[in-house]
Amino acid sequence: MGTGHFEILREQLAQDHEAVITHGLVAVVLPREDLLAVATRLKASLGFDLFLDVTAVDWPQRTPRFEVVYHFYSTRDFVRVRLKTTVPEDDPVVDSLVSLYGSAGFMERECHDMYGIRFRGNPDLRPILLYEGFEGHPLRKDYPKEREQPLVRYRT
Amino acid sequence: MTATPHEKTGAFEFLTTKKDELVGWARKFSIFPYPFVTACCAMEFMSVSSTIYDTDRFGAALPRFSPRQSDLMMVVGTITHKQAPILKRVYEQMCEPKWVMAFGVCASSGGFYRNYATLQGIDTIIPVDVYIPGCPPRPEMVIDGIMQLQDKIARARHPIVTDKF
Repeated sequence: MGTGHFEILREQLAQDHEAVITHGLVAVVLPREDLLAVATRLKASLGFDLFLDVTAVDWPQRTPRFEVVYHFYSTRDFVRVRLKTTVPEDDPVVDSLVSLYGSAGFMERECHDMYGIRFRGNPDLRPILLYEGFEGHPLRKDYPKEREQPLVRYRT
Repeated sequence: MTATPHEKTGAFEFLTTKKDELVGWARKFSIFPYPFVTACCAMEFMSVSSTIYDTDRFGAALPRFSPRQSDLMMVVGTITHKQAPILKRVYEQMCEPKWVMAFGVCASSGGFYRNYATLQGIDTIIPVDVYIPGCPPRPEMVIDGIMQLQDKIARARHPIVTDKF
């Protein structure tokens, strides 16, 4: 896909938010209130039918502390879009995209495991990679590197 | 010249040995491994099991995929804290006599994983007889490990009267 298409896409997404072309994709920074609306628009009118991933970035020095990052792909136009939003530490909640993309369910569960981001509207946020009873969120920067939470009692 | 079936020649009619040595000799060449394979060391396990290296030469080729039929648990790969209860359960299901081999550095000590997820060596939860280092170990190292385990099996004593009897 040529840069012309990228520019058109960027202009469409840049109507309300900051959108730049970087790393071969269109990156949009937006407040979390607009996330569901923009994702709906991506899927419904811009042809982004594949939900690639959702993850988070922990910036301990920043306020708000967490970035939540989404990637979408269009199997029609072969382009990617990145949505980036921020959530504060005391209220790490964003809207779930399960209603749009079923595959978001597992990825949101993983993100909830690792960073403690809560996805409003995801019906099943049980641990997926971690286990029941695991305290804390291991990919947060303040999780102690060597802390272990064994399930089996160690031999003496 | 044809041999007469019941002709007594006087040779090899009987032999004498010690019970410990006989049991050890029999056991060390009939190790039935249970491959508890979790990670990339599995590739090396396949390599050492198959032609060229061939653990069949040591009587340890036939993997039993039921812990109840096996003698040797080969723990091949990283064990996470989430996996640990399963490992423990499988170990407990094995019948005596049983041995455990920590195959590769992850099973031996956690390897380069020092984080929230990884068990720092399977010997924190079950006893281990042989440790094989390497990431992954060379097939020669595995064979050396099997031979050391065979020595250990052959050296074991089997007293008729024990503290339990």
